[in-house]
Amino acid sequence: MEKLEQISVFLENQPGRLSEVTRILVDAKVNIRALSLADTTDFGILRLIVSDYEKAGKELKANGFTVGRTEVVAVEVPDNPGGLHDILKSLKNADVNIEYMYAFVQRSGENAIIIFRFDNINAGLHHLKQSGVRIIDGQTLYEM
Amino acid sequence: MIYNIEFETLPREAIEAIQLRRLKDTIERVYATVPFYRRKFDEAGVRPQDLKTLKELTILPFTTKQDLRDNYPYGMFAVPMDNVVRIHASSGTTGQATVVGYTARDITMWSELIARALAAGGATRGDIIHNAYGYGLFTGGLGIHYGAERLGASVIPISGGNTKRQVQIMRDFGPTILTCTPSYALHLAEVAAQAGIDFSTLHFKSGIFGAEPWSEEMRAEIERKLHLNAIDIYGLSEVLGPGVSSECIEAKKGLHIAEDHFIAEIIDPKTGEVLPYGERGELVFTSITKEAFPVIRYRTRDITSLNPEPCICGRTHVRMNKVSGRSDDMLIIRGVNVFPSQIESVLMEIEEVEPHYQLVIDRVDNLDTLTVMVEVGEAAFCDEVRGLQGIERKIAKNIKEFLGVSATVKLAEPRSIARSEGKAQRIIDRRKI
Repeated sequence: MEKLEQISVFLENQPGRLSEVTRILVDAKVNIRALSLADTTDFGILRLIVSDYEKAGKELKANGFTVGRTEVVAVEVPDNPGGLHDILKSLKNADVNIEYMYAFVQRSGENAIIIFRFDNINAGLHHLKQSGVRIIDGQTLYEM
Repeated sequence: MIYNIEFETLPREAIEAIQLRRLKDTIERVYATVPFYRRKFDEAGVRPQDLKTLKELTILPFTTKQDLRDNYPYGMFAVPMDNVVRIHASSGTTGQATVVGYTARDITMWSELIARALAAGGATRGDIIHNAYGYGLFTGGLGIHYGAERLGASVIPISGGNTKRQVQIMRDFGPTILTCTPSYALHLAEVAAQAGIDFSTLHFKSGIFGAEPWSEEMRAEIERKLHLNAIDIYGLSEVLGPGVSSECIEAKKGLHIAEDHFIAEIIDPKTGEVLPYGERGELVFTSITKEAFPVIRYRTRDITSLNPEPCICGRTHVRMNKVSGRSDDMLIIRGVNVFPSQIESVLMEIEEVEPHYQLVIDRVDNLDTLTVMVEVGEAAFCDEVRGLQGIERKIAKNIKEFLGVSATVKLAEPRSIARSEGKAQRIIDRRKI
């Protein structure tokens, strides 16, 4: 399972919508591993990596949210200057297009974790592996 | 000034005599030439010769907009196309537009009614008329244009749009009469103010405004901001176009219906029963002189009442009060007729979208705005912003293409559109008309 399941949620740009999502996740006892929010003036897209995406997706849908599921890739990047740049350079050289990405730093580790969404996930994975980056598989990240 | 002093001041008995004679002619002609009317009359068991008095008009069946649509495009024409010199169409989607035709005599009659309306609003042959109604299939632009020429005035055929340039032309050309929709008049005032041009320094005497409903409050605002007499003109393409009725500058209280060319009735929109003068109901028109596109008891869906009291201007034609509403769900947005069902069919054609929508109509800076809220279901959802914005753009583009009206599209969460009794509340009209 080198690929990760990310769930995305459509949100109207209104006070309280985001906390409604977190409330549902609390009630479902689902933990958020990583998140990013893309927003426009009238709507936002919340992207989440969670401890249990099946459950999170089911509960959010049951509460009336529009939920999507996307496969993404997580990699570990040395937490020092140039760490991210090297990866992006190799992806660029391989002509792999990144739709979006977001990052978080682990509490204990020395490495940062970057989530990539590629337009062609298999090509992305292939090149990341070739460049010797450590891919974090789904199970590891969900339980991290 | 009264343009046609003879016909506009006829005594009631003379008006009715003319109406009866012309009505009989029209009934006989449509029965003979338009299969639709022949069928409708036959179904109702009515023969043209049954009609002996004006009161008996009620034995004839109504004609509805749907009838016109069913006979799209030329099915309701009463003359061969050889005799048709002009075609107009009402705004609407391809399938729902209604097409109307005019013979040369129809154009002459229409031009005269516009000339009457312009004169009633204070125009004379010495005036320069800034005609900012849209030219094209819409009857406003060309209708006013021909009437203005008929009156002998000088027309600036500026049409709609390019407001900054319009303001410049107003300053430089010195027009004295403004013709456009009332909301566009207010928009002009604003753009002029931004350009540092004060309407009080321009030369306008009157504005003849129509194609959308407007209130007395709006009249006061227009008169204050534009420094002119704001006069209401009414019409619809199915019946003729602008000029079916118009206000006089003397009273500014109700629109004189050209009764030598049309018979007006007010009916109860639910039962179809004719209501007496003074009662509010749906306005129904029968044309009695039109050649190419006669209409018999056409239901306008506009709600108003008729006032037979003598007018201080001297005209004897009955007045209709300002239209105060609709008996259907049609919206008029920047002069364009929009039915929610048309928006719905545009949405239905976009497969990602679910038909849960709400239309919010507002008036911002005196221009109508239409916002279409659409709920995003799973089929439409995508985790990238540009994907969702692409759907918004696609919906806006299709609405513009099919309805001719610009809309802002906003995606909404599922079930976020208020539903009352399980049915979504489709329309929120925040305009204060």
